[in-house]
Amino acid sequence: MSAHADNHAHDDDHGHHHKETFVTKYIFSQDHKMIAKQYLITGTIMGVIGVLMSMMMRMQIAWPEEPNVLFEALLGKWAPDGVMDADIYLALVTIHGTIMVFFVLTAGLSGTFSNLLIPLQIGARDMASGFLNMVSYWLFFLSSIIMVISLFVEAGPAAAGWTIYPPLSALPMAQGGSGMGMTLWLVSMAIFIASSLLGSLNYIVTIINLRTKGMSMTRLPLTIWAFFVTAIIGVVSFPVLLSAALLLIMDRSFGTSFFLSDIFIQGEVLHYQGGSPVLFEHLFWFLGHPEVYIVILPAMGLVSEIMASNSRKPIFGYRAMIASILAIAFLSTIVWGHHMFISGMNPFLGSVFTFTTLLIAIPSAVKAFNWITTLWKGNLQMNPAMLFSIGFVSTFITGGLTGIILGDSALDINVHDTYFVVAHFHLVMGISALYGMFAGIYHWYPKMFGRMLNKNLGYIHFWITAVCAYGVFFPMHFIGMAGLPRRYYTNSNFPLFDDLANVNVIITIFALVGGLVQIIYLYNFFGSIFFGKKTVQNPWKSTTLEWTAPVEHMHGNWPGEIPHVHRWAYDYSKPGHDVDFVPQNIPLKDGEEELQH
Amino acid sequence: MTALLTIIVLVFILIAIWQMVKIFDLAQAKNENTTPGVATDKDNTLNGYLMMGFLAFIYIITIVCFVKWGDLPLMSNSASAHGPTIDNLMIISMVIIFITQTITQFLLHYFAYKYKGEKGKKALFFADNNKLEAIWTIIPVIVLAGLIIYGLSTWINIMGVDESDDPLVVELYAQQFNWKARYGGADNTLGKANVRLIDIDRANILGIDESDPNAQDDVITTELHLPVGKPVLFKMRSQDVLHSAYMPHFRAQMNCVPGMITQFGFTPTVTTADMRQTPQMQEKVQNINNIRVEKSKKLVAKGEQALDRYEFDYLLLCNKICGKSHYNMQMKIVVETQDEYDAWIAEQKEFKNSLIN
Repeated sequence: MSAHADNHAHDDDHGHHHKETFVTKYIFSQDHKMIAKQYLITGTIMGVIGVLMSMMMRMQIAWPEEPNVLFEALLGKWAPDGVMDADIYLALVTIHGTIMVFFVLTAGLSGTFSNLLIPLQIGARDMASGFLNMVSYWLFFLSSIIMVISLFVEAGPAAAGWTIYPPLSALPMAQGGSGMGMTLWLVSMAIFIASSLLGSLNYIVTIINLRTKGMSMTRLPLTIWAFFVTAIIGVVSFPVLLSAALLLIMDRSFGTSFFLSDIFIQGEVLHYQGGSPVLFEHLFWFLGHPEVYIVILPAMGLVSEIMASNSRKPIFGYRAMIASILAIAFLSTIVWGHHMFISGMNPFLGSVFTFTTLLIAIPSAVKAFNWITTLWKGNLQMNPAMLFSIGFVSTFITGGLTGIILGDSALDINVHDTYFVVAHFHLVMGISALYGMFAGIYHWYPKMFGRMLNKNLGYIHFWITAVCAYGVFFPMHFIGMAGLPRRYYTNSNFPLFDDLANVNVIITIFALVGGLVQIIYLYNFFGSIFFGKKTVQNPWKSTTLEWTAPVEHMHGNWPGEIPHVHRWAYDYSKPGHDVDFVPQNIPLKDGEEELQH
Repeated sequence: MTALLTIIVLVFILIAIWQMVKIFDLAQAKNENTTPGVATDKDNTLNGYLMMGFLAFIYIITIVCFVKWGDLPLMSNSASAHGPTIDNLMIISMVIIFITQTITQFLLHYFAYKYKGEKGKKALFFADNNKLEAIWTIIPVIVLAGLIIYGLSTWINIMGVDESDDPLVVELYAQQFNWKARYGGADNTLGKANVRLIDIDRANILGIDESDPNAQDDVITTELHLPVGKPVLFKMRSQDVLHSAYMPHFRAQMNCVPGMITQFGFTPTVTTADMRQTPQMQEKVQNINNIRVEKSKKLVAKGEQALDRYEFDYLLLCNKICGKSHYNMQMKIVVETQDEYDAWIAEQKEFKNSLIN
């Protein structure tokens, strides 16, 4: 443990307060807690945009022929007389996906909680490099601004789907959105990736080097394990997307042929020869698939922590939980081909990817059963964070199970790119990760803002959201199994699907209610920053180190010395103690044994 | 208009909820002597019951979905030789999912209800149990091993094309935003083609090599006709962007990729005429037509044209985002007897006769 003691050499540097101006405190802050809040608020704003887009898409699908005042107001020239244009529908599909996956569930979720919790839970004064951390946030901010600007370009924003498969995304003559809109998309994503890499490197270095005395790897809370592994996956896979984006920029602007070959469009033959769109698909999904674990692992970490704390029980199978995170992380990098079973790649490759894909179900099952067992014989405190955690396990199971259909190449032939896929990934990574994020916000809000969120608003937020999430995505499996393709602007050209129109209306109504109910959350979130009840230091009676830090934020996190760690993070309801939680910084009693975990 | 009204109603509902919470908060403020914002025993009890209610909701929505929309066209009534094997695998997978879903959701929500917190109660310190964890590692391993073996053998059977069956070779040609089919003609061999050879002025729209002897009797059509019971091997091309040839009734799909030729083969087993006669299809078509009649009434009232009566046809749909009119990129598929097919193909123009000189 002595290796970590050098942390304390810096105590003197951080012990006293630096003079801070408004700019260094609130804007170009290098303090991890402020950066976390910046990530959260930027992510929330992007989330509002993303959800609004999905609500417009749902209205278009349910009532395709009807003019809509909302379209007229929000889409302007893209909805003449309130009737949505087909191009802008595809742009909504594209930007909704991009914003939700990258800007909300990667930056907003991982950025917020990695920043907030890593130094506080491992007992560090701050991130290894506060400066890089600040740069990481501001690059993210810049990429968000560029993405939002791309919504206003003349020919429309990127509209080739969030997967931006070339040639559609490479050729401005193939669709309006593949001009300036796609250029801005690529620039925005390149900056985003730089931001993500800086952040991830910082998280990894911090976790390896700056743990306080006694904080061995097997005493780390599962949140930290999740953030650590997430950052590693990010560092391994994001650069591949960057290279794909750069090659695509070359094809678009400099006439290279990495992804393009033999194209005849709008009456002329293009010069491209020898490239392959399938190469792009490989590069894209080499990030794209690990990306869903970059999204879901932090949520799993947060949920594990919140479930243990609110069940007043240790997380069941701590070691198995770590092992399953590692197994998922490893497998996540060798399953990308299951997005490409019918892309034209060799069917033998399809067999290999089916095999590796279905293996992921094993660590996932272990996690699900361990969470359920954590509840068993607990003393469950039904705080809003706990409800969202239970909701997370529920949607993760429902969404995850259909993965055994989609991961099976033979079955994928027929449900590939239908609404079945949309339902599957929205439940398993969209809704689940969002629940994880909400759970984290409800749980650590007092740590971030020193005030409590209103719990009754939280209950209403959860229950209506939970009903709507199932109301939207459960029936959606069935229209997918009926063969309805995704990304269709309207289904009215296919009488074959006329009998599904009423299902789409039901789904849309649930989606609108579910979207609007988030207003309650936003009101609660922003209102409580100013008017919430003041919190006590450890409102949830948790064992982890962040709750030993004072409510009032200070540079360096703890006044005086950093707490030392004497036990693992899950001593809840341990026999032999009067209280039902023993914080990590409390030394073992005489004769007390640390659990052999 | 409906949308606007719905939104207004929803906004009012939200405001009402908002007000109720305010009242609830004010009422609670007095007798709350615990930490503000933290769940009390009352909250635990209420939410515990709601968890059971939610479990019921999940079960109900499952049942409703299966009853109302469970006559899944993709799980029965397939029209290709390999279709039933996919459908069987699908049904097996669905049964496994259904059982696992029912049990795990029950345990999760029931535990949430059963062990809802009470002041003074102490939770069981239960950190680990290797036996339990081994059980729920091994059971998925066994189930998945079965699924993987079954799945892979099905996949290999479907994707392996047996050239010795002497399949009918058909090219599916995709472009923004329509499909063409090309038949090999009497020699059943497709002539060489490349988009660089496209000559719109001569009506050589697929870029077929005019000097290739195999190409002379090729036939290009905008409808796909297939003889029943004969293996078909599709060779797929795209001239501009990615498309995907999706033929849901035949359990077939493959991307069309510019610059390469992809392939997929199957044997149609039910003619269009026979499929229209199946009770399941008749019921579906009847249902769709009822919906269309209702819709037509509204349209006529607005002074627009009524919708046509729907008659079932197999379809080829584009299932990969390909641009503005992606949602309307389709081709009719007709499965017919060999005689009908022969008669139809004889009527089509051969490539060498379709060129403009």
